[in-house]
Amino acid sequence: MQEVKLVIDNLEITVQEGTTVLEAALQNGIYIPHLCHHPDLKPAGICRLCMVDADGQMLVSCRAAAAEGMVVKTGTPAVEKVRRLAVELLIAEHDAECLTCGKNFNCKLQEVTRFVQIDRERLQELKASERKPVDNSHPFITRDYNKCVLCGICVRTCDEIQGAGAIDFALRGYATKISTFGDNPLRESACESCGECVERCPVGALLPVGFQQPSREVETVCPFCGTGCGLFLGVRGDKLVSARGNPRHTTNKGRLCVKGRFGWSFVNSPERLQAPLIKKDGRFVEAGWDEALDLVAGKLSQYRGEEAGVFASAKTSNEEIYMASKFARVVLGTNNIANVAHLCHANTVRGLLPVTGSAGMTVPAWQIRESACFFVAGCNPTEAHPVIGLEIRKAVREGARLIIANPKEISLCRLPHLRLPLRPGTDAALIMGMAKVILDEGLLDEKFIAERTINFEAFKKSLEIFSLNEAEEVTGVSKDLIREAARVYASSKPALIFWAMGITQHSHGHNNVWALAHLAMMTGNYGKPGAGVAPLRGHNNVQGATDMGATPAWYPGYQLCPGYELYPRFNKFSSSQEKFEKAWGYKLPDSPGLSTVKQFNVKAKGWGGAAMRDLQQKIKAWYIIGADLVNGVAESGHVRRSLEEAEFVVVQDIFLTETAKMADVVLPAACFAEKDGTFTSTDRRVQRIHKVLEPPGKAKADWWITSEIARRMEYSGFDFQNPGQIMDEIASLVPIYGGISYERLKEEELRWPCIDKNHPGTPVLHVDQFIKIEKAEFWPLEYIPSPELPDEDFPLIMTTGRTLPHFHYNMTRKVEGLNKLCPEDFVEINEIDAADLHIQSGDNIKVISRRGSVVSKAMVSNRIIPGVVFKTIHFIESPTNMLTSSEFIDPMGTTPNTKVCPVRIEKVAIRKLEGLGEK
Amino acid sequence: MVDYELKNRIIMKEIFSSFRGTENELIPILQHVQEHFGYLPESAMLEVARFISVSESKVYATASFYSQFRFKATGKKHITVCQGTACHVRGAGKIQDTLERQLGIKEGETTADQEYSLEAVACIGCCALAPCIAVNNETIYGRLTPQKVKVVHEPIRGERKNGQKNHSGQPGNML
Repeated sequence: MQEVKLVIDNLEITVQEGTTVLEAALQNGIYIPHLCHHPDLKPAGICRLCMVDADGQMLVSCRAAAAEGMVVKTGTPAVEKVRRLAVELLIAEHDAECLTCGKNFNCKLQEVTRFVQIDRERLQELKASERKPVDNSHPFITRDYNKCVLCGICVRTCDEIQGAGAIDFALRGYATKISTFGDNPLRESACESCGECVERCPVGALLPVGFQQPSREVETVCPFCGTGCGLFLGVRGDKLVSARGNPRHTTNKGRLCVKGRFGWSFVNSPERLQAPLIKKDGRFVEAGWDEALDLVAGKLSQYRGEEAGVFASAKTSNEEIYMASKFARVVLGTNNIANVAHLCHANTVRGLLPVTGSAGMTVPAWQIRESACFFVAGCNPTEAHPVIGLEIRKAVREGARLIIANPKEISLCRLPHLRLPLRPGTDAALIMGMAKVILDEGLLDEKFIAERTINFEAFKKSLEIFSLNEAEEVTGVSKDLIREAARVYASSKPALIFWAMGITQHSHGHNNVWALAHLAMMTGNYGKPGAGVAPLRGHNNVQGATDMGATPAWYPGYQLCPGYELYPRFNKFSSSQEKFEKAWGYKLPDSPGLSTVKQFNVKAKGWGGAAMRDLQQKIKAWYIIGADLVNGVAESGHVRRSLEEAEFVVVQDIFLTETAKMADVVLPAACFAEKDGTFTSTDRRVQRIHKVLEPPGKAKADWWITSEIARRMEYSGFDFQNPGQIMDEIASLVPIYGGISYERLKEEELRWPCIDKNHPGTPVLHVDQFIKIEKAEFWPLEYIPSPELPDEDFPLIMTTGRTLPHFHYNMTRKVEGLNKLCPEDFVEINEIDAADLHIQSGDNIKVISRRGSVVSKAMVSNRIIPGVVFKTIHFIESPTNMLTSSEFIDPMGTTPNTKVCPVRIEKVAIRKLEGLGEK
Repeated sequence: MVDYELKNRIIMKEIFSSFRGTENELIPILQHVQEHFGYLPESAMLEVARFISVSESKVYATASFYSQFRFKATGKKHITVCQGTACHVRGAGKIQDTLERQLGIKEGETTADQEYSLEAVACIGCCALAPCIAVNNETIYGRLTPQKVKVVHEPIRGERKNGQKNHSGQPGNML
């Protein structure tokens, strides 16, 4: 880039070509008053304060590029006159009650007026006469029009940064104001409540509700979804009071979603568990740590192997999950170690191991904007992974193509896109249709297929018997659309495929995953920046839970347990039992363990061959860490019954969840803000979390509790003083974490595999060869219909998902503002189905499946295809998993069939039945 | 949203059929919508936003900038009060005040019974009859005074109330 020399106020200045005059001045310490300029946004030239004299002409400096030889004067009498007029006009409309304003001393208008100097008398003359109403409708954002200077930073932020476009300049002349659609209250608008506008408002017009200045800030990572956004949490006294995005973080670049920015207050909740609880005569009694731990240690020592089940938490740190994994295998001698991944992406992880050798997102999140095409299948990134959604929006607005396969019109559909409104559960057929088009029309990357994959012929053969007509019939998507989608995907490179629960939560989920991976393999979309697959992981550390071996199939680091040499090519990766027996110093269990669904519903079909189908319940004691299984597991009746019948249940959590209520002992844990450790984000980045404040009451970090139980049961290898030591042990045993240490994480951005101390980490996976298996392997594909389909009694398909303001059932439900944004469960139903059932939006309805019925509210829309209804998962008052089935699980990933649940809907007259779940 | 039913979507489809769906068609589309509904219903604006792939706030912002667009349904009798120069100097302000008082609405509003709406406009081209008003852009009443204003609405209201035609009301200087 060329340099440009110019003179500003007699100072000779050199800047990069393309720099504006205002930027050039600011970079060199020359202040030019400005209000509507923001470094993150495109210049607008609205406020007219940054006028300068350039070569004798008046110029808006924020929009004028610095030119060679330009002579700029920032303070000529003419400039000062124009500027003063502009400022006075602004002040005339501004409520200048500075002392009581949340932006006092941090206000751009103060900065400008201090520079321009407005005398007291003039200020009196300029006083605004009429007070405008303040919009207090939003639980997190106050909009005070009396302070608005109409700089448009909020409008441009909402458009350029967030891509929501919830606000704009409305009306004209003196009446001009920043308005939502129809001038409705902010809460009822398209506002996504991200608070980016509040962050950037130069004056006090937009302020966070109840804002308190923190007395110190600590850098850490967001505890909600798997995106892994960097945060600064603000503390005042012993309370969390603020959160802001880390501008240097490469994923979120300072941005946050509503949960990240405003959802932290669950940490301060008075409902947090503060002391160990022991159930005596059916009631919980507070206890000391010694009493509780001795009781747990004594009880757990009575159960070993098949009789014990351990549940690790995808919300806790890698170190803590590693401890749970080690605890299960060493102390309880069982491979019955599970985590919530078995309800979500296990189909991805186990499904992709034999295909590409690793199921990690192939590229870092910051490379999303380098992609030319996105295939977004069975996921809703703007609600469930909002910051990733922003990256997709940005790339699409800059020209990338977008293909959306979803029965629901997700908010990404507001961008130019191609939508494939398929029936739930028919993803494999749709993708096979696309693959067939790519094959028939020769859109393949033949070089890639020949050099980097094997078994293509078998895959090709499996497509021969499949026709586009069949795809159309099964999916309900027209052949032309399938053809167009295939052409767009195959011809726009690099292309990135996103998926989440819509693909995996099926008893044939691995098949869907294979189909998607094959699509990327056929078109050579692997091993390049911005290309590949992006399974979006749900929890902040569910990637870590999989990495740390909280699953029956492998020890930490995908090192297989005995009985899991699943595929021919995995023979060379024989069981790592010996390695871990040596490292941990104990004999480890030989028999395979049970994953989540199977632990509670032993009769679940689909996985593990005949021998594993008709098991008897053998688990008698559970150690459950940070997971609300009673709400989280499909067909939750099985969980309730299993926990009721169990001899001993210990639950370790931050709240007294529905699951914790069923425990014999409840141990209070520290949350993400109260301990050190690491989280691994969906793009494989290992990140440090830092202790921000002390846990409430007697609560302790999970790693401490787990190791304390092990020590009391007299096992060695659990004597850790801090999580850093645990990470060192992980690095010594897990090759892909081999080079990770707290010391390196201070400065470096590391994504696994990171083999040793000098390894720079792996931003892009599979560059020269596929991880572990060198060449990717095609597998024959086949469309398998969902096991339970609609019939006369249950004519609608219920599919499930998240909403933007909530995460699961506990954390966000403790945040008052988030509950205001999304106060209750709803069932979205197509207007045609609603008309048939005489249902209107807001009606109370009963959703009935073969497992039970719950009461909810109808939301009639045309955003979901006819025949399908969408229900949220967040509300324990209307527990969705009372309805879903766990009868069939995926043969590879063991994930239940949550996304296709036939239901019947009836209108009910009763107002509300509190948390009713009938059996 | 009440004002906009499923059947209206067919009308919207018809309107969209003569457009390509690009952002620069926004104003002509809105004009068509208003021509059809008499105003811009919120749900119609939402459909327009979807059709041309712009944010709904942008549609509202654009529409609200132009005085030609209305966001509320007009009454059966839409009264436009001329505020042109000639009418202004001959007391159009008082005419409007009187109408507002008598109808119980402000300029830009519609009566609760959906009978009348009131709008101030620039010259309607009858300066010789100033001050004047027009009803439904058809009937012009000129040389008005605040006392005479009620002839515009009383006969109509009377008709409604009595359920029979009222012949007593003389239309002022009807053209």
